[in-house]
Amino acid sequence: MNNKELHKTSGIIEWIDYRLPIFTFFKHFAEYQAPKNLSYLWSMGSIAGIALVVQIITGIVLAMHYTPHVDHAFNSVERIMRDVNYGWLIRYIHSVGASMFFVAVYIHIFRGLYYGSYKTPRELLWQIGIVIFLVMMATAFMGYVLPWGQMSYWGATVITNLFSAIPMIGKSIVTWLWGGFSVDNPTLNRFFSLHYLLPFVIVGLVLLHLVALHVHGSNNPKGIDIKPGKDMIPFHPYYTIKDFVGFGVYFFIFAFFIFYEPNYLGHPDNYIPANPMVTPAHIVPEWYFLPFYAILRAVPSKLGGVILMLSSIIILFFLPWLDRSPVRSSSYRPWNKFAVWFFIIDCIILGYVGGKPPEEPYLTVSRIATAYYFFHFFILVPCIAKYEKPLPLPKNLDEVKIC
Amino acid sequence: MLRIAIALFLLPALAFANAATKEHKKMIWPFDGVFGSVDRQAAQRGFQVYKEVCSACHGMKHLYYRNLKDLGFSDAEIKEIAKAHTVVDGPNDEGEMFERPAIPSDVFVSPFKNDQAARAAHNNALPADLSLIIKAREDGANYVYSLLTGYQEAPAGVTMAPALSYNPYFPGNQIAMPPPLSDGQVTYADGTVASVDQMAHDVVIFLQWAAEPEMEHRKSLGLKAMIFLTFLTIFFYVAKRRIWGKLK
Repeated sequence: MNNKELHKTSGIIEWIDYRLPIFTFFKHFAEYQAPKNLSYLWSMGSIAGIALVVQIITGIVLAMHYTPHVDHAFNSVERIMRDVNYGWLIRYIHSVGASMFFVAVYIHIFRGLYYGSYKTPRELLWQIGIVIFLVMMATAFMGYVLPWGQMSYWGATVITNLFSAIPMIGKSIVTWLWGGFSVDNPTLNRFFSLHYLLPFVIVGLVLLHLVALHVHGSNNPKGIDIKPGKDMIPFHPYYTIKDFVGFGVYFFIFAFFIFYEPNYLGHPDNYIPANPMVTPAHIVPEWYFLPFYAILRAVPSKLGGVILMLSSIIILFFLPWLDRSPVRSSSYRPWNKFAVWFFIIDCIILGYVGGKPPEEPYLTVSRIATAYYFFHFFILVPCIAKYEKPLPLPKNLDEVKIC
Repeated sequence: MLRIAIALFLLPALAFANAATKEHKKMIWPFDGVFGSVDRQAAQRGFQVYKEVCSACHGMKHLYYRNLKDLGFSDAEIKEIAKAHTVVDGPNDEGEMFERPAIPSDVFVSPFKNDQAARAAHNNALPADLSLIIKAREDGANYVYSLLTGYQEAPAGVTMAPALSYNPYFPGNQIAMPPPLSDGQVTYADGTVASVDQMAHDVVIFLQWAAEPEMEHRKSLGLKAMIFLTFLTIFFYVAKRRIWGKLK
């Protein structure tokens, strides 16, 4: 069909689509295909997307009632809890939602690790994901500061102080970050501003993540390249409905925490208003930062700890090249299977000791676990890739039971 | 695997612990659990304990007198309760601040004008605001109950700092608050015997309500939400089975 014809014959949909291809875009989603053997673990991506939307909606409503000022922040949050209609519900959805978002994303990441979703041709997809993770961490950290409780204040103090480890300019950077000589009103104001901004940056990154995903499509539990044909099924309705089952389970767990244990994942000290004169006995970050906090504290030197903590995430960017094995799925990698599980256990151990005071035996455990974390990436992953004998891969998904 | 993974991820949240203090007395509270509710009779008695004992030193600035309606006090009773307190209001048309009796829409009047005044009256110790005390302490309800009922003589060998009392449930075991309750300190209108244990129990129920006034609403809404989500998930699962059934 040439331009002239289109101009003459088509209706409004084609008219618009010719100029702005939104309908082509929807058509892409309608026709998008996925391997037929994706397990429920593949729902975690959609679930994380929903979690982001929930955070943005509840966050916008909370921002209508919140006051980012050191004299009013704590009280305005209590006002939301007590006097705003269903304010308690909106705030609990938001605070529990942050934890749920991280649960979804951590499972999503470990799924990628286990099934080799980071391997060619999905390296950039993986790396965009790591960037999302980093921005999420920044957003969550700043969000936790906003209620201006004791953990907010002291968490902010500890974490921003990490920048002072940078030689020469560290102190100046910290002063610049704070907007003063300690965590104070300017800090709270800018954290609120950035906490409102960054989720939309995440939305942008998620769109990039989806663009990169839709080029080569989803990996799958077998980790083999799947040719268009009978091994592929339309995403809609098959995976839309399957994701909805995942949403149901996710929201069930979510609801349990909102309605019955809304403060279980938080810290009681954050119901004490921030007080720069009183340091809490143990300053601990939110649970989702604990593994990294453990790595930070495992090193006796502040700069060393900061470098190691950053490296623990940066190293994920290089994973596609550290793991040279041509086989993606650990189901066909007898050694890597164990390596990935040990790595997951290692992360859980790090999370556990990260929540403990920096004393023995936790310090030694955190050092061993930190060493293992890097041993996994620098030694184990490349060596296994080199010496492991993968099991024979299936040619297609003929043998696969779909469910 | 998913469920195990979630459980494992949540484990680190258990990691917060309290080292030096004695383990709290574990009480069974009527507000615990999925069907937990506020025992209004006990909460009213607890409010009496707060009013007659605690409020000499401790404020509750996140509460309004009007909130007491939730505990079953009548409008007239609440007006009476509020009237007993004086608030500074203003400025008036002449630009002067003036004093007036509190009304139900006022926040609970704090016993001290500011933290400095409170410290000055208490040997430099600051009596905590009690609005959120149950949420602001690990295992809050059991902690407050244990603390109120846990005063004892300092064991031999413990050197007490001046003006502090020994309480094994308090971090560091030496607390600036002298034992606040003694048997028969208040006279309950409903004839309940006002033992220390009873008063501590009642005031914890009151404080728990004060910290989470939405609790009953939250739990009943939660039950509906979770039943709804159960059916929704089953519905999606059945739909999914039917849609995928056509694949083979």
